[in-house]
Amino acid sequence: MKSFFHRANNSIKDHFVSAAFLAPSLIGVLIFFVIPFGVVIFYSLVNNPVAKDFVGLENFVAIIGNQAFQTAAKNTAVFSGIAVPLAVILGLFLALLLDCKIPCRSQFRTFFLCPMMVPVASIVLIWRVFFDQNGVVNLLLANFGVEQIDWLKSEYSRYVIIILFLWKNLGYNMILFMAALNNIPNDILEMSTLEGAGSIKKFWYIKLPYLVSSIVFVTILSLINSFKVFREVYLLTGDYPYGDLYLLQHFMNNMFRSLDYQKLSTAAILMCIVVVILIGIMFIVDNKAGKDIEG
Amino acid sequence: MKRFNIRRRLSIILLTFIAAVFAIGFLMPTVLTLANSFMTQKEITANYGSVFGDATASSSMGWGNTNTAVTSYIGETVNLKLIPDMVSLEQYTTVLIKSPEYLLKFWNSVIFVVPIVVFQVLIAAFASYSFAFFKGRLKNLMFFLYVILMLMPYQVTLVPNYLVADWLGTLDTRWAIWLPGIFAPFSVFILTKYMRRIPYAYLEAAKLDGAGHWAMFRKICLPLCSSALASVAILVFIDYWNMVEQPLILLANEELHPLSVYLSKINSGEVGLAFAVASIYLIPTLLIFLFGEEYLVEGITYSGGVKG
Repeated sequence: MKSFFHRANNSIKDHFVSAAFLAPSLIGVLIFFVIPFGVVIFYSLVNNPVAKDFVGLENFVAIIGNQAFQTAAKNTAVFSGIAVPLAVILGLFLALLLDCKIPCRSQFRTFFLCPMMVPVASIVLIWRVFFDQNGVVNLLLANFGVEQIDWLKSEYSRYVIIILFLWKNLGYNMILFMAALNNIPNDILEMSTLEGAGSIKKFWYIKLPYLVSSIVFVTILSLINSFKVFREVYLLTGDYPYGDLYLLQHFMNNMFRSLDYQKLSTAAILMCIVVVILIGIMFIVDNKAGKDIEG
Repeated sequence: MKRFNIRRRLSIILLTFIAAVFAIGFLMPTVLTLANSFMTQKEITANYGSVFGDATASSSMGWGNTNTAVTSYIGETVNLKLIPDMVSLEQYTTVLIKSPEYLLKFWNSVIFVVPIVVFQVLIAAFASYSFAFFKGRLKNLMFFLYVILMLMPYQVTLVPNYLVADWLGTLDTRWAIWLPGIFAPFSVFILTKYMRRIPYAYLEAAKLDGAGHWAMFRKICLPLCSSALASVAILVFIDYWNMVEQPLILLANEELHPLSVYLSKINSGEVGLAFAVASIYLIPTLLIFLFGEEYLVEGITYSGGVKG
């Protein structure tokens, strides 16, 4: 939907009004995020906060060669690379599931949203009960003769955290998709039924094009939330977790502790660049998809 | 036709079954938290001792621990129980009566979260009106900037936050949490996307009637967005109600810490207590969900897509 409003009246007065509405937020964002971020960029380009000698990209070269950074970056990328697509696909799956005519739909919806309200600390305790060396999962698996392992210190640790992430976020993603499914014009769906389209065809050719925009939106939110999983990982495993769980956030947290602002700032900026590229791609996808539907 | 019906019914049964499996998985931790909060410390130790160890026995000694120094019984294996042997309010009395520090931290959480939710949503509503109804190249660029800032993980904004708090001298005061929270760009993103869907005709009509922007904002925009405002408020509330990193870094003074931080520090010996505190802590969220779930769903109905 285009907002005609925009072009219709771009008088000087409107500019002032617009600026006035934006000002409180923009001033805050500038003071608390943008300007200090400039300082962070400055830090990444000097040798140390006291001498402030400009060293160009030296910090960047150093950190890209840093073993801990490499591990952390790889782990973060792998985690988000698996967790975000799963969160989007399973969220869509649950939404489609509740879109079918099954009984107790609103109850199921509430149940799926439940994880959002459980405090982090409690989640951490429950996860330990399940995945500890002597935890519930091992107890169940022991029936099948599987050896007991400490899940959070094993090669499966990443998947334990992915399950936690999905458990926590699927409900909300589902809600977003349910909203999008409701927005698909009904007459198009009815027409396709009359023309004999099966449910798979209907999904692929009619629902999916309408959902692209929501998929992009859910992907962005899931990406934010995938960075937030650090909170749980940290509380479960501390400063230096098992190899696969050592995330960029751990790296930055530890740099912050040891007051190594150079490494911290440089890592933050590298991460920022990657995120900006990802969002840029998603904006482009969304723009293209939007045009497809609007014709 | 009849065969078709049977197939249909079978598929619905199957789908319901799948939904039920998911529902159990989603509900389990919530139910466990509540159930465990009504157990006595003794029962908790018996059930989970093998995982967390006992307060007096080191957890490294593992399970099957019959240490003579420990009088309480620790189960050989972890024992998941949804219904306590004996419903007890022991943990709750400890939390509510014997140790007032929990209530104090709870109050701290409230003091942090309420102003952040109110002011973040309010300021975001203003900014969104500007983003949604006025155009310009600079505007698009700024909106993109908001999206990027919104996406940054906390560890990236950590240094900026710390620096600003240091400059403003708010380090170690509540303002260090309040200010960045109030100006966080998250609500702006969601509200802008919602407002962009408001049909132009509504505003046009108001304009013809001689309404200024302030009137349009208050009388048309806000009422139309009420569910989106509620849904954003719920999300912001959940986010800050569970904050852990910010207070740890910006507040050295532990007396100011919210319960979420304090709760995550409760150690293995007090697992039962932790469950009771967690249960108390999730009551506000539960209430908000009970009364606000419809808003949460409605409020995002029109907000799909990045550009809106």
